[in-house]
Amino acid sequence: MRHTISILMENEAGALSRVSGLFSARGYNIESLTVAATEDPSLSRMTLVTSGPEMVIEQITKQLNKLVDVVRLIDLTEGLHIERELLLLKIKAATSTQREETKRLTDIFGGRILDVADSNYVVELTGKGEKIDAYLKALEPSWIVEVVRSGVSGIGRGNKSLQL
Amino acid sequence: MANKEVLTGAEILIRCLEAENTEFIFGYPGGSVLHIYDALFKQNKIQHILVRHEQAALHAADGYARSTGKAGVVFVTSGPGATNAVTGIATAYLDSIPMVVISGQVPTSLIGNDAFQEVDTIGITRPCVKHNFLVNDVKELASTIKKAFHIATTGRPGPVLVDIPKDITAHTTMFEYPHTIDMRSYKPVVSGHPGQIRKAADLILSAKRPVIYTGGGVVLGNASEELVEFTRLVGYPITQTLMGLGSYPATDAQFIGMLGMHGTYEANMAMHECDVLIAIGARFDDRVTGELEKFCPYAQIVHIDIDPSSISKNVKVDIPIVGAVDSVLQEMTKTIRESGQQPDSDALANWWAKIDAWRSNNCLKYDRDSVLIKPQFVIEKLWEVTKGDAYITSDVGQHQMFAAQFYKFDKPRRWINSGGLGTMGFGLPAAIGTKLAFPNEEVACITGEASIQMCIQELSTCKQFDLPIKVINLNNRYMGMVRQWQEMFYDSRYSHSYMDALPDFMKLAESYGHVGMQIEKPEDVEGALREAMAMKDRLVFMDFLTDQTENVYPMVAAGKGQHEMVLAPEKETA
Ligand SMILES: Cc1ncc(C[n+]2csc(CCOP(=O)(O)OP(=O)(O)O)c2C)c(N)n1
Repeated sequence: MRHTISILMENEAGALSRVSGLFSARGYNIESLTVAATEDPSLSRMTLVTSGPEMVIEQITKQLNKLVDVVRLIDLTEGLHIERELLLLKIKAATSTQREETKRLTDIFGGRILDVADSNYVVELTGKGEKIDAYLKALEPSWIVEVVRSGVSGIGRGNKSLQL
Repeated sequence: MANKEVLTGAEILIRCLEAENTEFIFGYPGGSVLHIYDALFKQNKIQHILVRHEQAALHAADGYARSTGKAGVVFVTSGPGATNAVTGIATAYLDSIPMVVISGQVPTSLIGNDAFQEVDTIGITRPCVKHNFLVNDVKELASTIKKAFHIATTGRPGPVLVDIPKDITAHTTMFEYPHTIDMRSYKPVVSGHPGQIRKAADLILSAKRPVIYTGGGVVLGNASEELVEFTRLVGYPITQTLMGLGSYPATDAQFIGMLGMHGTYEANMAMHECDVLIAIGARFDDRVTGELEKFCPYAQIVHIDIDPSSISKNVKVDIPIVGAVDSVLQEMTKTIRESGQQPDSDALANWWAKIDAWRSNNCLKYDRDSVLIKPQFVIEKLWEVTKGDAYITSDVGQHQMFAAQFYKFDKPRRWINSGGLGTMGFGLPAAIGTKLAFPNEEVACITGEASIQMCIQELSTCKQFDLPIKVINLNNRYMGMVRQWQEMFYDSRYSHSYMDALPDFMKLAESYGHVGMQIEKPEDVEGALREAMAMKDRLVFMDFLTDQTENVYPMVAAGKGQHEMVLAPEKETA
């Protein structure tokens, strides 16, 4: 099963490679990984999406917890939570069909056009992974110039939170 | 405060090690650690042991750590010094040995420039250390060293590496060693959950066919006394892994031998048939479990371990207890005592009868009338001559298994071998660290002619530091363990397992300034051992020419269950 794990770790040089190294050394799947410092600059927060049988997921959380730089983690999948991904898309906008169709679909999906150039647009869209997949699928493939996806960021709903 | 002084990084490092009561540093100098070696030169509290290869520095510190329980300390230079150290670091990591490794690094201004003797030591060692640090500022040096010792020696122990760029060792700052350290990201658990302990106690008392299975965690956790008390209280059979030997007396009637690939018939059969398995400080390693699908098919499992990630990693456990083994065992013994309940004595009597029947198989028998020296015979005699009380280090191969099977360890920390990584070359340097820690005890290194050549240069270190170790070379002119597998699984195609062009070990030992002996006949074994042990102040290299065809039995082959052992000679048990 797919699991989304949120990790608070010491914002130390090399902390990220300890996590990615753990996954490659032990042969765990890593679907996506996003990381940035938090409001407390000594901490960074990571959202990691992985998948595997329950016994493997249990090992993954234990192995992550065992890393000395990891302060706390939660498996968001165990409760209600929100996941978001950011898409930045460069798409051909040379013809009026291209411009109109892209504008129409982007409006439907709630995205924004951030940049308008002679022959292409840059679009921003946030949402769950499936929504972004659906948006990309709706577009004419030959118009797509560049796709940049951020990987998942996640947070628990309600009172559930990952803090010190 | 008196200890507040302005010092260089190199001086601070030495002060920190003094504060940690470091007795020995095992190391080898080089460009990036010259300031450190200069500071070392100016002090006389800590003794530096100059090895002949960095790998040996690690193994020697490791032997010191395994025999004393204290962290081993190592200095190596950057680049090749650090890469030479990697095998020793990984060896310590796989057996959870506390160690603090200080590696020099090129100056901070050169890092990343492919500078002379620069390697990414942090990157290279990351997967085989418990943790590592790069020191960027001399102000952080003291607290980093404090953290390194704290991490190395607490929880599940392990090696910690501190990489120090050369300029940091020259920079100065006010020195103050922190008395305590609190890391929000590192808080190992100590005591087990009382509810889990009660549940486990109930299951343990309800067992009809129980087995206690213990590993290196009991040795590392200094829980030998607690284990003996618990085991005697319940009266259950106990088996131990290669790493666990000695934490329960091997000469005791409740001990049914080592388990696993070369474990005893009775231990492996008892594992297979048990209904309750009490695993303590053990990690269900593949050399122990055999084929996982066939492992302990009837058992409910209690698992006590300090490392949560050891639990249910390979085998799903019914009652996990995370905590330090000594405190959990104390609580367990107390809970059982206070419950007023007793184990089921009828069931236990039946179970022991079954185990005794397996025992009568005498699975460790070997040909005692052989005209060639049997390796098992040498170990038995060594046990007799040393009264079972020596510190035994070993290399890797058949001789290691024979040592584990035939030297009956009654005390913990006396059996020092590389179980997890299986590092040939470990034995002699490990004996150096052990002998330094226990100069008045007998220290013997059981080795093979292949393994010993991987760190033979350390005979020179032994000379320099006057270390009268006894080297027991079981010389079968083969990489015996490799030959055994080739005989069994590759139709006796002995591909590159013959040790050709061997040196004359007697002369070799003599040229290093030691005593060499060669023993060719079984009837000379005991006398030679006594003679060697009588040379209290000399290293004696004993080259025993042993039977080239001897194999280690019993054996659980790859893909087989624990009950499907091959016994000597070639008898399938299931
Ligand atoms: C560094 C290293 N290289 C290779 C091996 C694989 N290996 C395991 S046992 C063995 C043979 C050891 O031969 P020897 O030291 O003569 O001991 P024997 O088995 O004959 O007792 C080898 C090559 C190893 N364990 N370690």
